[in-house]
Amino acid sequence: MGILQRMSMIFRAKADRALDRAEDPRETLDYSYNKQRELLVKVRRGVADVATSRKRIEVQMSQLTGQSGKLQEQAQKALSLGREDLAREALTRRSGLESQITDLQTQHAALQGEEEKLTLAAQRLQAKVEAFRTKKETIKANYTAAEAQTRIGEAFSGISEEMSDVGLAVQRAEDKTASMQARAGAIDELLASGALEDVTGTAKDDITVELDRLASTNDVELELARMKQELTTGSAEPPRQIEGQAEPAAEAVADSVVEPQPAPRQEEGRS
Amino acid sequence: MIVRIMGEGQLEIDDSRLTELNPLDDALSAAVESGDDAQFRSALVALLDAVRSLGSPVADDALVDSDLVLPFAEAHIDEVRELLSGEGLIPG
Repeated sequence: MGILQRMSMIFRAKADRALDRAEDPRETLDYSYNKQRELLVKVRRGVADVATSRKRIEVQMSQLTGQSGKLQEQAQKALSLGREDLAREALTRRSGLESQITDLQTQHAALQGEEEKLTLAAQRLQAKVEAFRTKKETIKANYTAAEAQTRIGEAFSGISEEMSDVGLAVQRAEDKTASMQARAGAIDELLASGALEDVTGTAKDDITVELDRLASTNDVELELARMKQELTTGSAEPPRQIEGQAEPAAEAVADSVVEPQPAPRQEEGRS
Repeated sequence: MIVRIMGEGQLEIDDSRLTELNPLDDALSAAVESGDDAQFRSALVALLDAVRSLGSPVADDALVDSDLVLPFAEAHIDEVRELLSGEGLIPG
């Protein structure tokens, strides 16, 4: 067969070279066994690394999804306050986030596949290493160096092929996680820079600031109206806590021209 | 006959079924020669599907080398070319 046979020759040639190097093939067995155990550790670490990467993406997906939901709410709020421009801005940003989320979902699926494959590879390798150890002890106990040479043959090239394959798989998984870490880092930076608002609510995005301002203007108008009412009736009603309930007075704000004011601090906990 | 799919493990295929793989292998070889990744991809997927459906998995603790080796499913044509050159790509 063509290409498939050529590939298997390459694996076998590699095993043969390793075997040829040793003066006593029985030493090769111990050397190889140590290499196998090292590789096993490496594969398990690879599985853990991929899992870490996958979890990080999960956290980011939920952060971005939270952001997206918040922008949706902001759009609704802005629209109820008659600010279509703000609503449009919020929805535009939301669609940007949605494409990020889609991208992360693809990466997540890829990592999940990688994790499953590597986990199975680790199981296979473990079983083979164990089988090799048994075989190695048998050969060492029962054969001279010259005899061992012929006995080792297939067992050795079998495990050597597995090691080459698994070694390559781990290397590829590591490359993949490294590139995903870099992309995840970029999203973290984006979240931290405030381009996407941090879910911890420490940084306020401009849409929130604008909505807060509108809400606070509403509060002022309502408070003024209440005071005027008090003055005319002379009653001393306790002041009502309005807390950003902007909707009832949406029309009043839409009609009035208001000067910009600093964002009210009392809204801090709500964002 | 033992066939390895890189990254997935080994499968045993009855020798009598090997003739079914020949044309697929030829197509893959041609694709690698041509350097066309799309053609390569469809040839690889076809071959992998055939091997998976014809073969039965070799036991985890079996220590046998493979008669045939297939590249991993998502391999790029350049990676396979590098594998075939026998240089560098296989670690250790």
